[in-house]
Amino acid sequence: METPKKINLATIWLSGCSGCHMSFLDQDELLTELAEKVKLVYSPIADLKTFPENVDITLVEGAVGNEDQLNLLEQARARTKILVSLGDCAVTGNVTALRNAWSDGDNAVLKRAYVETADLKPQIPTEVPKLLRQAHPLHEIVKVDYFIPGCPPSASLINYVLTELLSGRTPNMEGRSRYG
Amino acid sequence: MAEEGAGKMNDKIEINPVTRIEGHAKVTIFLGEDSTVKEARFHVTDFRGFEKFCEGRPFYEMPSITSRSCGICPVSHLLASAKACDEIVAVTIPGTAVLLRRLMHMGQIIQSHALNFFHLSSPDLFLGMDSDPAKRNIFGLMESHGDLARYGIRLRKFGQEIIEKLAGKKIHSSDWIVPGGVKWPLSREKADHILSNLPEALDIALKTISMFKDSLQGLDEEIQNFGNFPTYYMGLVTADGELEHYDGKIRIVDPSGKIIADQLDPGKYFEYIGQAVEPWTYMKFPYYRPLGYPEGAYRVGPLARLNIASRCGTPLADEELKEFKHLGKDGVVQSTFLYHYARLVEILFCIERAKEILEDPEVYSDHVQAKASVNRSEGVGVSEAPRGTLIHHYKVNREGMITWVNMIIATEHNNIAYNKAVTQVAKRYVNGRKLSEGLLNRVEAVIRAFDPCLSCSTHAWGSMALDVQLYDSNAKMVDRLTR
Repeated sequence: METPKKINLATIWLSGCSGCHMSFLDQDELLTELAEKVKLVYSPIADLKTFPENVDITLVEGAVGNEDQLNLLEQARARTKILVSLGDCAVTGNVTALRNAWSDGDNAVLKRAYVETADLKPQIPTEVPKLLRQAHPLHEIVKVDYFIPGCPPSASLINYVLTELLSGRTPNMEGRSRYG
Repeated sequence: MAEEGAGKMNDKIEINPVTRIEGHAKVTIFLGEDSTVKEARFHVTDFRGFEKFCEGRPFYEMPSITSRSCGICPVSHLLASAKACDEIVAVTIPGTAVLLRRLMHMGQIIQSHALNFFHLSSPDLFLGMDSDPAKRNIFGLMESHGDLARYGIRLRKFGQEIIEKLAGKKIHSSDWIVPGGVKWPLSREKADHILSNLPEALDIALKTISMFKDSLQGLDEEIQNFGNFPTYYMGLVTADGELEHYDGKIRIVDPSGKIIADQLDPGKYFEYIGQAVEPWTYMKFPYYRPLGYPEGAYRVGPLARLNIASRCGTPLADEELKEFKHLGKDGVVQSTFLYHYARLVEILFCIERAKEILEDPEVYSDHVQAKASVNRSEGVGVSEAPRGTLIHHYKVNREGMITWVNMIIATEHNNIAYNKAVTQVAKRYVNGRKLSEGLLNRVEAVIRAFDPCLSCSTHAWGSMALDVQLYDSNAKMVDRLTR
């Protein structure tokens, strides 16, 4: 039974730990209700791999850490009505941005992992997406419509925000959210 | 393995990215002049750099920071990190704290394995490798296989609730596990909540195992061709050689099942594990030092743990282990596809073990933390994460500030094997100059069978579009597939 108008929902991961997506899945049985109202048009847990046009809501986890992520975020913004920063890395940079404390943060982390702690063929990988010099929260790159802080935000908060947005209301975050 | 394909960059197929895995990766398939597959590579494409940015922070922050490597197995990081910190403060933690940490880990392995089996892999197994990619996900499964989707949701919830009841939060519950033990005891009321849901979890685990075994006959093609090759296997075992996820010592068996090293001190991992780097991936390549690189390929994780363990140590899981070992020669199961089976056996084990822990009166003691400050300048903590052996190694100064960090993540150990496995599947299914969506999904499915956690292994995670391009040896694109 197809309801006449499903909302197109997308979720994307940038530089983060996947915890926000796991919290999304922690909606458990409520996911079944959500499935009746939304169509998941793009997500790491689904196989449709090109970010589509005409997305109603996109939840974005993670900070912007490399060039590929920068491009994906800009593409998502251009194709989405409501873009939501999901979780502390998207909202503030959080743990992903700890490397920003080094003036050459990208090189410092790469050198430690691939040169100083390697036993064979120490080298910084080059045939991979290049790290940005700093990791950025989303709003430094694109316009963000809503912010859901938390490391991760609880499943009930994610469900509340989605329910409000699906009903065309503005979520009231007062007393509902926290960092960490 | 790097040099071999490097000169043939013109003849390649790229799968970018691999989806329904916990991470950000792509695959490149290199073709020879006769258009047959020569080699395939599994590339991991993001990196965060915990080893560096933890420098200068107080050691007691490490469990909280490093568990942010991964939202799926944060508990394994909390444990490895706290154990490294236990060594730095040089205390023996209270027995109750050990039980509580173990219980939390059982919860995590249940939820993580349930995520891989039901949410990520079962669309391939039950909807089919060639089914409509638009429906090949957990939401599609809800429509056509409602019971199976509900099993996955319930089982994952059972595991997550163990973590929540103990530590107050399902994900990144990092206030609770601390150097020296845990922060607060377990109440009877919370234990009763877990126990009341345990029979349903057990029932789901048994039904799923039975369903999976029934489907095995139809899966012979996958079992034979999905990463089916000999390697060494490594993991923790108890002093008696039983399955172990929290403590224990390292055992290594060879491809014929012979134990070649046993009861190795995990704190001296660097004596027998080396790490190599290739320019085309952010994931390093650990290898068994006595055999060198890449000959020293070994696998870790559920398949490896069942291959190395003499017994599980709980009755139902031990029955199942016997059947599992029958699928291999001399008790060694080489097919990567059977990681799925191994995960189900481990879920069963974890439910049984969780019940045993909750029935032990010692778990309710309120003596749960030993307190001390910095007494040593170095500590290594090791746990068996859902995906395999996880190593955290820290050095501190006199004030307890971190001066050096090394982490070897479960998924990294399998890196050489990943590349062998995708090569094997590509050789089997990619032939000639025409691509099909179903064959590419098979290349991805072998990766899902390993259950890589790439947010862990490079301490990053992400996703982007699939664009597969097939070039001939004149660098002319002859076919292209996107989705």
